[in-house]
Amino acid sequence: MIPSSAFLALAIVLFVLGVAAFFVKKDLLTQFMAVEVMLNAGNLAFLSLAGRAGKAEAQVIVFFVLTVAAAEAVVGLAIILHYFRQRKSVRTEDVDGLKG
Amino acid sequence: MAGFFWLIPFFPLAGAAALILFGSKMSRKAVSATACLSVLASFLLSLAGKVELLGTSGASAPLAKTLSGWISSGGFSAPLAFVFDPLTAVMCLVVSGVGFLIHVYSAGYMAEERSYARYFGLLNLFMFFMLVLVMASNIVVMFVGWEGVGLCSYLLIGFWFERPAAAKAGMKAFVVNRIGDAGFLLGMLLLILAVGVPGFTEINAAAAGGRLAPGLATLAAVLLFVGAVGKSAQIPLYVWLPDAMEGPTPVSALIHAATMVTAGVYMVARLNGLYSASPAASSVVAWTGAVTAVFAATMALVQTDIKKVLAYSTISQIGTMFIGCGVGAYAAGIFHLTTHAFFKSLLFLAAGSVIHALAGEQDIRKMGGLRTALPKTFPAFLVGAMAISGLPLLSGFFSKDAILAGAFASGKYAVWFLGLAGAVLTAFYMFRLVFLTFFGESRQGEGTRRPLHESPGIMTTPLIILAVLSAVAGFVGLPAVFGERVDLFGRFLKPVLGAAERPLPAAAEWNLILVSMIAAAGGLFLAYLFYLRYPLIPGRLARRLPWLYKILVGKYYVDEFYDAAFVRPAVRSAGFIYDRIDLKIIDGAIDGSAAAVNVAGKGFSRLQTGLVKDYALAFLLGVVLFLGFLFIGAR
Repeated sequence: MIPSSAFLALAIVLFVLGVAAFFVKKDLLTQFMAVEVMLNAGNLAFLSLAGRAGKAEAQVIVFFVLTVAAAEAVVGLAIILHYFRQRKSVRTEDVDGLKG
Repeated sequence: MAGFFWLIPFFPLAGAAALILFGSKMSRKAVSATACLSVLASFLLSLAGKVELLGTSGASAPLAKTLSGWISSGGFSAPLAFVFDPLTAVMCLVVSGVGFLIHVYSAGYMAEERSYARYFGLLNLFMFFMLVLVMASNIVVMFVGWEGVGLCSYLLIGFWFERPAAAKAGMKAFVVNRIGDAGFLLGMLLLILAVGVPGFTEINAAAAGGRLAPGLATLAAVLLFVGAVGKSAQIPLYVWLPDAMEGPTPVSALIHAATMVTAGVYMVARLNGLYSASPAASSVVAWTGAVTAVFAATMALVQTDIKKVLAYSTISQIGTMFIGCGVGAYAAGIFHLTTHAFFKSLLFLAAGSVIHALAGEQDIRKMGGLRTALPKTFPAFLVGAMAISGLPLLSGFFSKDAILAGAFASGKYAVWFLGLAGAVLTAFYMFRLVFLTFFGESRQGEGTRRPLHESPGIMTTPLIILAVLSAVAGFVGLPAVFGERVDLFGRFLKPVLGAAERPLPAAAEWNLILVSMIAAAGGLFLAYLFYLRYPLIPGRLARRLPWLYKILVGKYYVDEFYDAAFVRPAVRSAGFIYDRIDLKIIDGAIDGSAAAVNVAGKGFSRLQTGLVKDYALAFLLGVVLFLGFLFIGAR
């Protein structure tokens, strides 16, 4: 039996990797994937803590997160595609239309 | 019929509404017919009311009607109420009768005018407010009419507002009247505060019954008189009336001679109980009137504009009316108001006919010899001049004599003497006007001479009617020496105004009549000497006394004095406030706060790089800090 703290440690590692990737990578698509990694790290944390506490609510929340992540993926990918069609680029340095 | 007396003001109101709303779509004939008929309806109803009053022998039961409640607050209430007692009846007849004739005359005089409907609409609106003023049964409703006629006066003086002089004259009239109206308002509020009800009957009763403290009664009466001074163009607020001659001549006749400017006299007569209760205020009224009567008459001596002479004459005559009111001879004051309405509107309309014939020329130095060219205007003007000069048996003779007799009987001999001096001057300048305009050689420039034509019948008919009235109206108010019961006018008004207090012995009254006759004849004779027999005298006199002539032509430099003392300092301080306070401080504060926001915004906007990563970094920092706080807090 693998202890739940190992799952928790993996979740932390995945989250930190996701954050690092988000800041290191320079194109929107990869950054988007990094966000997915962070979300799933969160899911893993929920599951491991749910196992430790013996409660089902946290596991239900994971399904919500999956649903939201799916919707977010649809919208996010659509925005990125649209942006690419207009600007022929998905590099983050080029995306500064809201500069003050 | 007379039960519907309260409809009197509403005919002209309906006419005004129709003309102002739909006048531009109506034919000229329909416009003038609407205007004239609405005033005629008021006149006929007034006549019916007066017949009813004569039948019931006076004000034992004056017609009264409360149309609706209006201002009601706590214990105070000012309903929208009209009254029709003998005084109102006289005023209504004068206003609507003379008004009707002037409306008819206007149809001819203004025939070439573009804004025909606007003119008649405003004239009808004026009639409405004037009738409200004279029919009001409480002082608050009177104030509505008081302000309304002022508004119409302003609009009609500035009728030709494309001319800067007319626009300026309208403004001057309005501003000067505001000063007076401030006094009226204060007096009105003071009275309401002291008496508790705004009705004239109650105010007069309270004052007569001694329920007003003497000082309070005097203060209220003087404040109200300040309003009358403004509206009726007395010293020191008379300066607007000569300038008001920029308006169309029928307007000068109706508003600035016959009706509106006499509203002050009416107001004092209406509040006769109050003024009788305060000898001090009555003295103020009498002295203001007396000084104005002479002062304005001296300015009329040297004016060269035919309408300006008549304007100063109006100021002087209203001064005479105030003498009557100030010495307690209210009926005589109202009598003179009535006859003055006839002969002064006659003079103005005849002057308008002259101006019409000369294609707009108003300078009497360029007239002369018009006697034969204007065979209907000339006799009409002559009758008016004789009446205002007080030549025996004409209306002005009886009314002026009644006032002077009242002044003499009251013991204010100085006031009486000033009134008499005013009468001499009046006869002089009126006949100066007659001789310069209608007699002698024509002084029209050769180049501008054109065939003269008498005015059309629509203009001369009102002249003839007014001339007849000016001639015979005096016989309704014969002096007491002709018998106890001949003063029909005074007897009719007695229920409202009371009788003159100390009747003079017959011998004294005969002497006064004789003196008045000599005064009128003397003035006439001097004018004959100066302007017909020896026409070189005036010029020689002007050269002999250059300072006097200069002061008179300069109208005592009162306008210049007001300009320097009030107008220019006001303009200067307004300019200072505009330049310094408004532009620098207030606008500066607003511009400054806008600039500060701008600068701050520019600074803060640098934070917005538009790069997602920077925002995410801020997120991260926020989360780290938040978690850090949580951990520290948990310890």
